Amino acid sequence: MTSAANSPNVERPILELKALQKHFRLPGGRMLHAVDGVSLSVGEREVVGLVGESGCGKSTLGKTVVGLLDKTAGEVHYRGQRLPALYGAEDFRKYARKVHMIFQDPYSSLDPRMTVREIIAEGPRIHGLWSRDEVSERVAFCLERVGLARDYMSRYAHEFSGGQRQRIGIARALAIEPEIVVCDEPISALDVSVQAQVVNLLGQLSDTLGLTLLFIAHDLSMVRYVSRRMAVMYLGQLVELGPSNDVYFRPQHPYTQSLIASNPEPDPQRARQRLPLAARGEISSPVDPKSGCRFVGRCPHALPVCSTRDPEWREIAPGHFVACHLFN
Amino acid sequence: MSLLTVEDLRVEFDTYGGIVKAVRGVGFSLEPGKSLAIVGESGCGKSVSVQALMGLIPTPPGRITGGSVRFQGKEILGLPLREANLIRGKEIGMIFQDPMSSLNPTMTVGKQIGETLRYHEGVTGDAARKAAIELLERVGIPEASSRVDAFPFQFSGGMRQRVMIAMAIACRPSLLIADEPTTALDVTVQAQILELIAELQRETQMSLILITHDLGVVARVADDVAVMYAGQIVETASVDDIFYRPAHPYTLGLQAARPPADEQLRRKLEPILGSPPDLFRPPAGCAYRARCPWAMRVCEAQDPPLWPLEPQHSSRCWLHHEYGSERRPERLHHGASMPAPGAAQA
Repeated sequence: MTSAANSPNVERPILELKALQKHFRLPGGRMLHAVDGVSLSVGEREVVGLVGESGCGKSTLGKTVVGLLDKTAGEVHYRGQRLPALYGAEDFRKYARKVHMIFQDPYSSLDPRMTVREIIAEGPRIHGLWSRDEVSERVAFCLERVGLARDYMSRYAHEFSGGQRQRIGIARALAIEPEIVVCDEPISALDVSVQAQVVNLLGQLSDTLGLTLLFIAHDLSMVRYVSRRMAVMYLGQLVELGPSNDVYFRPQHPYTQSLIASNPEPDPQRARQRLPLAARGEISSPVDPKSGCRFVGRCPHALPVCSTRDPEWREIAPGHFVACHLFN
Repeated sequence: MSLLTVEDLRVEFDTYGGIVKAVRGVGFSLEPGKSLAIVGESGCGKSVSVQALMGLIPTPPGRITGGSVRFQGKEILGLPLREANLIRGKEIGMIFQDPMSSLNPTMTVGKQIGETLRYHEGVTGDAARKAAIELLERVGIPEASSRVDAFPFQFSGGMRQRVMIAMAIACRPSLLIADEPTTALDVTVQAQILELIAELQRETQMSLILITHDLGVVARVADDVAVMYAGQIVETASVDDIFYRPAHPYTLGLQAARPPADEQLRRKLEPILGSPPDLFRPPAGCAYRARCPWAMRVCEAQDPPLWPLEPQHSSRCWLHHEYGSERRPERLHHGASMPAPGAAQA
């Protein structure tokens, strides 16, 4: 994969990933290539979706971008500034305020021994944003902004439902007024009726606050709905990137095609007409991957070249990129 | 004759907080060879309902407080363990959401499949091993003759679910109950597992009860659908009716909360406000009324009856009463006017 700008329509990206890598060393000198050369530009106030199956590296990518994990190689730029490969305490103070994260599990990501007030006020306290006598008023504002009552601030996380906890998580992330929010599966632990509440809330907040979102999820329909552009990840690499509707309704990469064909669409007539296009087998191991296309073992269209050479990242239509030998 | 008829099933659990009424009068029937999906959100009682009919409710703290379950014409609720075991695992197979915690980690998969065969059919030794290999092949496990000696941890999530299916179908059951069988799996693997279940059904005319929270899975698998909310079935219909002619505000709400599958349509998601009721103290009247945009006064006072709209389509909602007709939104299906259920008075 090349590190060339992958999106000419993003002229002044607020966030730029250049051949980003995150590898984990395993016992016996083996390497797990969780993120293996991802390049992506995100424009100001843009919502970019990132989809892929479990183990494809999408959450690791998110954590690497916000500095929770160090970068093995490659670069992340925020407003043209290169972020450090390994964050020190000072870097967190400097950058975590601007590039922040919402976590998947609304149960484990809130400290059970802290009140909601303490949870929400912790970030601003660390960053020195609020004076002591305005904390209550600020926390109340943060809660009301996400549709929760201000008197919830004296309660503990266990007193809330999953949807409410996720709102608290959003309130916490937004308390420090970040510019970029990486949302790591923010709705997948929630029931359908509550998912829509949280998605609408995120949409409304990102509009009013001018947020840039990297929306990581495995729910393809929801990602298409939420994001303007959508990237598909497989075993640490991007295989397709383009306008969400193009990627979803006219997928080009064989992996994206089988992902979309497997996506259970709540429409019985379409489900009956659906072509059996599901990929064979299951995702292979990201440990010491061989050269060539990562999808080759499951691909219904694999060519001999696919197992020997890495496919190039090429633009097949304006703003629509695919990494696949079929397009060479 | 229906293969399975469930009537007015009621299940409660004792907890420190009081009694939870998890299932409050569930009824449905299933024809041979058909697939019924029971769909609902977490805590609605869908899993407890099928655990009750399989005799899997831990007692205490749980207990079945009423109802009837007839399988092939015979009452199976409250059957002595010995007789229940003749049906469970033989006539009715079951697979669960999490194959890792449902398989025995200390036994090879071959032994586990063989155990079912030995118990129900007296097959042992080499014959059991051979049968296990055939079953593993049937469910699409590559190199079954060597994998038969592997332990569950040596399989991926999708392969473990295939092993579970092999165990469940070992005695050629006439009913397979699948409780969220693909929830822990990725979509491409989910599609493979659903296709495998459908294939087995086509071959053996086995009936299927599929429990899921995913309307997409329902659309792909089910002939008939029962939508559950707060321990009750609120709508039953054919799969097409549920999706194209929903008659209960909750069913409609679930669909409006998902993004449309149409590129041109760009409507806002309509979330269902609030959250499900507390089943420690189920509210009087309709359990959904606090979240229903069309709730009326009667909904607070009286439990709505399951209203038959068409022979195969019922909805538990007062909006189908003639007094509700003004309040009823157009996108809610009402159907041919069937006579009101006997006990219903508004």
